[in-house]
Amino acid sequence: MSGPQRVKFYQTGTFTVGNRLLDVSVRSVQSDRSRNNSLNSGHRACQGCGEALGARYALDAAMRAVNGKLVVANATGCLEVFSTPYPESSWRVAWLHSLFANAAAVGTGMAAAMRVKGRHDVRVIAQGGDGGTVDIGFACLSGMFERNDDVLYICYDNEAYMNTGVQRSSATPAAARTATTPAVGDQPGNVFGQGKNVPLIAMAHGIPYVATASVCDLRDLEYKVEKAMGFHGARYLHVHVPCPLGWGCDTGDTLKVARLAAESGLFPIFEAEYGEITGRRAIRKRVPVDDYLRMQSRFAHLFKGRGDPARVAMIQAIADRNIRRFGLVSEGAPA
Amino acid sequence: MFEVRIHGRGGQGVVTAAELLSIAGFEEGFWAQAIPSFGSERMGAPVVAFCRLNECEIRSREPITSPDAVIIQDPTLLHQVKVFEGLSPGGYVLINSSRSLDQLGIGEFVDKLPRGHAACLPATELALRHVGRPVPNAALLAGLCAITGRLKPASIEAAIRRKFKGEVGEKNVAAAREAFAMFANVEVKEGARAHAQAV
Amino acid sequence: MLRQCEGSQAVAEAIGLCRPQVICAYPITPQTHIVEGLGALVKSGALANCEYINVESEFAAMSVAIGASAAGARAYTATASQGILYMAEAVYNAGGLGLPIVMTVGNRSIGAPINIWNDHTDSMALRDAGWIQLFAEDNQEAVDLHIQAFRLGEELSLPVMVCMDGFILTHAYERVDIPTQEQVDQFLPPYEPRQVVDPDNPVTIGAMVGPEAFMEVRYLAHAKQLRALELIPELAAEFKQKFGRDSGGLIRSYRADDAETIVVGLGSVNGTIKDVVDEMRNEGIKIGGVSICSFRPFPTAALSTALGRAQRIITIEKSLSVGIGGNVSHNLRMALPDRNTTVYTVIAGLGGRPITRASLKKVFRSALDGLLEPVSFLDLNLPVVQRQLERERLERRTGPAAEAILRDLNTLPAAVH
Repeated sequence: MSGPQRVKFYQTGTFTVGNRLLDVSVRSVQSDRSRNNSLNSGHRACQGCGEALGARYALDAAMRAVNGKLVVANATGCLEVFSTPYPESSWRVAWLHSLFANAAAVGTGMAAAMRVKGRHDVRVIAQGGDGGTVDIGFACLSGMFERNDDVLYICYDNEAYMNTGVQRSSATPAAARTATTPAVGDQPGNVFGQGKNVPLIAMAHGIPYVATASVCDLRDLEYKVEKAMGFHGARYLHVHVPCPLGWGCDTGDTLKVARLAAESGLFPIFEAEYGEITGRRAIRKRVPVDDYLRMQSRFAHLFKGRGDPARVAMIQAIADRNIRRFGLVSEGAPA
Repeated sequence: MFEVRIHGRGGQGVVTAAELLSIAGFEEGFWAQAIPSFGSERMGAPVVAFCRLNECEIRSREPITSPDAVIIQDPTLLHQVKVFEGLSPGGYVLINSSRSLDQLGIGEFVDKLPRGHAACLPATELALRHVGRPVPNAALLAGLCAITGRLKPASIEAAIRRKFKGEVGEKNVAAAREAFAMFANVEVKEGARAHAQAV
Repeated sequence: MLRQCEGSQAVAEAIGLCRPQVICAYPITPQTHIVEGLGALVKSGALANCEYINVESEFAAMSVAIGASAAGARAYTATASQGILYMAEAVYNAGGLGLPIVMTVGNRSIGAPINIWNDHTDSMALRDAGWIQLFAEDNQEAVDLHIQAFRLGEELSLPVMVCMDGFILTHAYERVDIPTQEQVDQFLPPYEPRQVVDPDNPVTIGAMVGPEAFMEVRYLAHAKQLRALELIPELAAEFKQKFGRDSGGLIRSYRADDAETIVVGLGSVNGTIKDVVDEMRNEGIKIGGVSICSFRPFPTAALSTALGRAQRIITIEKSLSVGIGGNVSHNLRMALPDRNTTVYTVIAGLGGRPITRASLKKVFRSALDGLLEPVSFLDLNLPVVQRQLERERLERRTGPAAEAILRDLNTLPAAVH
C-alpha cells in the first residue's frame, strides 16, 4: 500500500515534479488527468480557500477509491454556499444538502437506502465545516459513530463560523480573535481551556478509522481518504483548512500557514484504528508557535506593542503537549 | 353497552386486564374498546383502565364515569381512590382480596347492590399458586365472568392464550379456571356478598 | 383479518405491509409502541429488506429519513409532542425537498408544563411545514390512512403526517381489520422517486435559491397541496373499491345535510361528537357533524359545500392558538361563503382533559341558545384561574403558576381518577 512515508517530497500536489518521478500507481489523484474534479472550478470560494482545496482533493481521492460510486451529504456552511447556488453547481458528484446540523444523519440515511436497495458498491461521505461538525452537528455525528454507520464524515476545520462572518466555534483556538471573541480587554480573543478535540472523541467511539490531515500535506490527505474508503463502518477525517479571510493571513499563504500549524505541533496529524493511534505525521522541522501566530491577524493582539509573551507561552505549551502526546517529534530529531 | 372500570397499581396489569377483557368480548362478537388512563406513573402508583363491550360500534372515547362493573386489583386502594364513583345502582364489584367484604369495611356499601353483585376473590393467591407471580388478572376476569354472566369463561381463556403464549398462558388459564370454579361452588345468587374464599 | 388489538400494534403492522425500506426509531410517548412493533417485525424477519435504525434524537430520525428518501428508499418514522418540535427544522426540510416520507404523529400536548396526554398542539405547530396532514378518527382509519399516505406522498413527492390521537387511539384496544399483503401490494406500487441521489446520474439536491425564484418554488409546494385536494378523494375511492372500507378522504359528514348546527372536529373526538349528535337528533335538534380528515391541504371547497347551509358552526379544537383561539375555526372561515354564519370555537381536551358527551351536549345547547362565547374552553375551571390571577395581582413572586393551580385544586396526581 502506498503511504506518506514513502514519498519524501514536501508538496506533491497537482502536477509537481514529485509525481512524475513516481511510479504511476503511487502518483497523487490530482496528478491524474482523468480525475473526477468532484468540486469543479468556477465556484465562489474566496481566494486561497483551504476548504475548497481540501474538499476537492478529498472527494477526488474518494471517487477514485470507490470507482465513482459515491454520494455526498453536505452540511450548511461555506462549502455548501460557495459551491452551489442554483442553477449552478460545482459538484460533479451526487450531492445533497439538507441542513446545518444533520449531515451525518443524512449520510446514515443514504447508506441505509443504498444497502436496502442492494447498491453495495455505493459509498457515502458526509461533510461539513467545524461549526456543522463539532458544534451544531455534534449529536448527529456521535450518533452516526455510535451506530457504526457506513459513512465517512469529513470535517473541514477552519476554526470558526466563516460563512456567517467569523464567529467563534468550539474549534476556535485559544486567543484567536473572532467576531464573537473580539480582541479587546485584558484577555483578548478566545478564552483558554475551552473547545473540544473531536478526533479524540471520535476515537473514543471505537470506530474503525479516525484521522487528521491538513491541506499542507495533500498527498497525506489523499492517502487517508483512500485508506478510509477501505474500511466499512463509521470513519472520521478531520482536515485542517486555513481561511485567509477569517484568520487574517495572506491569500497566497494558505498552505504555508497550514504547514506551520502542523510543524509547530498546534495541529497534530495522526491516524487511529478502532480507538488506537496507529500512525502520526512526524514534524520535519519544528517551529515555534510564534512563526504560525504572527502570520495571522486573528492573533495580532498577542504581538502588539510589548506583546503578550505569557499567553504566547501558553499556546506554545499547547503545541508542546501535542508533540509529547502524539509523539510528533522522533527521538534525536532536531527540536 | 357494558362498561367496566379496573383499578389497580402500576405493575399489577391493570391495562392488560382491560385489554384481555376487550379481546374476550371481541371473541364473542361484541364491539369492544379498552383504553388505559395512561400516565407516566411508576410501579405501585394507582392506575385505572376502562373496557366497554357493546352490540354495535363504540364511538365515544371518554373515560368511563358510570361503570357497570368495577374491578379492584388492590384493596389498599379502597380508601385512597374513589373506586366506586359513578357505579351504576345495578353494578358489580369484584375485589382482589382474601378477606371478606365486611373485613374490608365495605359491607354496608355493597349491601346496596343487588344480590350477588359484589365479591372478593383471592386472585393474587391463585396467581402465585398457578403462575408463580402476583398477577391477578386471569383470576379476576374469570371472577367477573362468574358474577356478571356477561362473558363465557372460554372467551377469557382464549384472550389469555392470545396475549400470553405457551406455558405462561396455560398457567394463567389454570388460575382463571380455579377462580371460576370457586364461584361455581359458592352460592352467589343466594347471598348478597359472594366470598369465593369462603369455599 | 379482523382483530382486537392495540392501535399502535395495528398501525405498526399496516406500515409493515407498506414495505418501508428505512425506519427511524426514537422513543417518545405515546407513539413508542408503533416503532417497537415495527422493530419486532424487522428483527423477526417478518418485514424483510428494511433497515431499522435506532437514532439518537427526533432530529436525527427525520434527517436519516431525509437521506434515505433522497437516496430512493421508502422511509418512515413516528413521533409526538416535543419530538416533532425537536425535529421541526428537518420536518420543514423534508417538505421543502418534496421527499415522500410518511410519519405517524401520536398526538400529544406540548410543554411547558410537561404533559404526556393527548391534544393536537404538536401537529398544529407544524401545519405549515409543507406536509400533508391526515387525522384518523379511529384505529381502523389510522391503519388505512397509513396505506393511503405512502401512495399519496409518493405520487405527489410530498411528505405525509398521519395524525392519531395519543393514548385515545394509540393505546386503545379495538376492532381493526388488518389487510393482507396482497391487498396492500395491489394498492401501493414500489417507490419510484422523482429525484434521487444516485452516483450513476449525479445531481445536486438542496442548493440555495435566491429571491429570484424562491417564491415560485414555494408556490409549487402550494400547488402540489392543491393537487392533493383532488388526489386524496380519488385515493379514498380507490381504497374503498380495493379494501371495501370508507377511510380517508378530505372530510366526512354525519347527519349534516339538513343540519342547522354543525360540529367540526379532527380525529377521535368525532366519535364522541357523533354520539352526542344522535342524542340531540332524538330530541329533534337539527345538528350534525363534519370530521376533517385532511387538515393540510385544507379542504376549503369541500367544507364550503358541507357547511354551506348551517346557521352555526361549532369547532371542537384540541389545540389553542394562544392569543387568538382556534386553528381550525381560523382556517374554516375561509370556507364559509355566508359570512354571517356564526362560528363558535370551543377549545377542548387540552393535555388529555376528557371530552365527555355531557360536556359537549351542554356546550352545543348553549350555542343553540346563543349563549356561547365566540371562543370558549370546554370544562374550564374559571374560578381557579381567577384565583391565580388574583394571587398574581397581589404578589410578585407567586412561583410556578401550574403548581399553584394544582395546590388550589388540591387533587391527586393526574393518572388517578
